[in-house]
Amino acid sequence: MNILEVEHIGKSFEHTEVLKDICFSMEKSQVLSIIGSSGSGKTTLLRCLNFLEHADSGVIRVAGNVVFDADDKEYLKESVIRKNRLHFGMVFQSFNLFPQYTALQNVMLAKQLQAEKLPDFKSRKKEIFAEIEEEAKGYLTQMGLSERMNNYPHQLSGGQCQRVAIARALAMKPDILCFDEPTSALDPELTGEVLRVIKELAEQKMTMIIVTHEMAFARDVSDKVIFMDDGYVLEYGTPDEVFNHPKEDRTKQFLGRFIEG
Amino acid sequence: MNTFMEQLPIVVHSLNIGFLQTLKLFFVTLIGALPLGLVICFGTKSKITPIKVVLKLFIWIIRGTPLMIQLLIIYYFPGLVLHNPIWGGDESGRFAASAVAFIINYACYFSEIFRGGIISIPVGQDEAGKVLGMTRSQIFFKVKLLQMIKRILPPMSNEILTLVKDTSLARIIALQEIIWAGQAFMKGSQGISGAIWPLFFTAIYYLICNGLLTLLLGGFEKKLEYFR
Repeated sequence: MNILEVEHIGKSFEHTEVLKDICFSMEKSQVLSIIGSSGSGKTTLLRCLNFLEHADSGVIRVAGNVVFDADDKEYLKESVIRKNRLHFGMVFQSFNLFPQYTALQNVMLAKQLQAEKLPDFKSRKKEIFAEIEEEAKGYLTQMGLSERMNNYPHQLSGGQCQRVAIARALAMKPDILCFDEPTSALDPELTGEVLRVIKELAEQKMTMIIVTHEMAFARDVSDKVIFMDDGYVLEYGTPDEVFNHPKEDRTKQFLGRFIEG
Repeated sequence: MNTFMEQLPIVVHSLNIGFLQTLKLFFVTLIGALPLGLVICFGTKSKITPIKVVLKLFIWIIRGTPLMIQLLIIYYFPGLVLHNPIWGGDESGRFAASAVAFIINYACYFSEIFRGGIISIPVGQDEAGKVLGMTRSQIFFKVKLLQMIKRILPPMSNEILTLVKDTSLARIIALQEIIWAGQAFMKGSQGISGAIWPLFFTAIYYLICNGLLTLLLGGFEKKLEYFR
């Protein structure tokens, strides 16, 4: 069964149509990469999935359940959005770590706040927080940051910050983890360490959507690739189909430099 | 009474009492204006246009007119114009009127400082909180507030030092703060008259008080240096 189904998503800002009738689906444990030039709408698409933007039209389903329907105001309610967006995790280009918290606290914060609503929170607070801390440490260790848990973001490199951000997103146990150009703010040396952990997550069968400019990475790690241009999905297929046998001239043009190089 | 050494303890005693009133007005203003400023700040960001417009207008009027005039209006208007002297004629009435004027005035300045603090925080902090499923109030209190405090401390310190000195404006409605106490010795009080030095002497109180506050606020800034 499809974990995610996106149907006829459209989005305009002012008078510019940024997303035009976007449709795609993906299966659990798959990795989907979205490539395309800047301004093609790929980041906006990801932001619509995380409800940071609200699509003007279309339906989004997770595991068969509607989480967004542009024709139903119910899905614009803050409480409904807050619940539904937990299906998705988000890793930002600029990390967006909370500067006043250590790496560990960054990973734990949202979980701790969530735990306050548990019925047995008062009686089991210590236990619950210990569990959360244990899990958070696990995610940070998985990200290769066991030595860095008590550092503040400004004491970490960009690559380390991004790995903390990934751990923070994983801690919420999303069905689908989204990456918005996760290495675009990093120099080439640090890019490698972040791509490595994303690859490891793919091997562990994490369902992921990755917006990226790293073509080689997209080709290696993805099960499916979407090429977007001017708000449209121009190509949608396996990496082999999209990279080696693109249907559209625009795709060939975009990939030209990458394939020659 | 004549020699300076004879006058000094009498004057200092009087000024101490006056300065207590000064400090009281300072603290009451701070305690009232900080939360009210935050409320006004949120109001100016409200989605309900009338609230926004009324508050913007209010801030314009309060920041656009002298605090001294505001003190006079708040103190005298109810009695002289409405024939309903809500403040009464004694010191506690003058203090209450002063406190109201100062709280309103400073809340408007504080609200603008808060606004600056809020808009200086990158939108990514909001979005990170949202995608982690936090509520708006959790994002404000757990994520943005401390970052905001760090950013507004320098302008806030400025405003707080100014407040210490501005309390002297309450002299205009005869609140018995330190300037009033100093001035009393010019007109004549406790056997001393025609003495202007007590008024000059009050400056030392302000100076020491603001020196201590500068150290304290600097300490806060240092405390928040652990993150960037």
